[in-house]
Amino acid sequence: MKRITSKRAVLAIILACAANPLSAQESLPIRNCTWCHGASAQGYTSAPRLAGQTHRYIENSLLSFKNHTRDNPNSKQYMWGAAGNLSRETARGFAVYFSELPASPANDGDEALATEGKSIYVDGRPDSNVVSCIVCHGPNAEGFEGIPRLGGMGHDYLKRRLEQWNEGYHAAAEPMPRIAKRLSANEIEALASYLSFVR
Amino acid sequence: MKIVGLRLATTAVFALAFAFAVQAADRDEGGNSPHGFQAKLEYCKTCHGLSGEGYRGYFPMPRLAGQQPKYIENQLRAFIERRRVNPVMFNVAHVLSPSTLASLSEHFRNLNPEPIGGGPKDHMALGKTIYEQGLPESNVPACSACHGPEAKGHEEIPRLAGQLFPYTLKALSYWGKERGLGGSRDDTSAIMVPTTHNLTHEQMSAIAAYLSYMK
Repeated sequence: MKRITSKRAVLAIILACAANPLSAQESLPIRNCTWCHGASAQGYTSAPRLAGQTHRYIENSLLSFKNHTRDNPNSKQYMWGAAGNLSRETARGFAVYFSELPASPANDGDEALATEGKSIYVDGRPDSNVVSCIVCHGPNAEGFEGIPRLGGMGHDYLKRRLEQWNEGYHAAAEPMPRIAKRLSANEIEALASYLSFVR
Repeated sequence: MKIVGLRLATTAVFALAFAFAVQAADRDEGGNSPHGFQAKLEYCKTCHGLSGEGYRGYFPMPRLAGQQPKYIENQLRAFIERRRVNPVMFNVAHVLSPSTLASLSEHFRNLNPEPIGGGPKDHMALGKTIYEQGLPESNVPACSACHGPEAKGHEEIPRLAGQLFPYTLKALSYWGKERGLGGSRDDTSAIMVPTTHNLTHEQMSAIAAYLSYMK
């Protein structure tokens, strides 16, 4: 009798554990993402931080890997396959899960360029027709709906993305290709540096 | 006779020189210069949309399509003179020459894309009523009295039709804080403070929503 009770208790505990926040962690294969994006999704080398990203942006990105409108070499090599069979619902599940994780800044840019980067981010360069980033991405680079959060992302990722608009990748993502084509290499370096420190 | 001939020749020389100068200026405006019309037009459209339809970023960027040129010119001057507070547009306004500005506003006046819409649809009827008849019991005049029955505006009074919902809503809620500052005599926007101050947030939202779908 006693034994049965304790067995039942153990079973109940196991069931409780399994049934409880089964939600995102258990029903979504999050681990497939964390191999590259890191265990807490803070990003790793060329794989961007996902933690704290706007969920609409993550969802749109996953679907644009699936339909191949995001087409840079890393997208092709890694994300086309990874997102190939995602339904919109699963993409949304991933997006919400990662958007709710706490994000920490990469802090890996060149500190000496941060002031210049901030001035480009806030004011643009009206003389050379570079528009202000703040109007879409927000005063703290927090993003808005489908527009990505940029604050605290890794310097190398930000830099490559800004360069790649000019190389013809992800051409469907208006208006970014038209914006980035006016940025000089130095301006890209300064922006990526500044943004990597934004909390 | 000789004198007349000389005069004619001088006039001709001046005329030729002037023609070349104008041509050079045209080339500058239309060519690859970052300060020319084409470059500045692309600059505007980066934020305000390829057809001037506006764009919803973190901040809403207003529709310029179909806008009254006089209103655009007046507002860009207002940014420079700090009658209207907007740090981004303050910088932008400084790099537009008067002639480029005139060509830009003329260009946007002639665009007519579909409105982006997007306002909540639950109080559209209220918005229409306030727009057309005002709220006599709250001393709110009809918007149409100045902005016109089709909300196309007139001279320095802006077109409102098809404007982005969050943009109009914010403008209605911020009169006196963002615009009409400095009490300049040619700034008519101060008139909107007493016009709107009796509106509730719900009524403002209804007006902005109604306008956001208007063609």
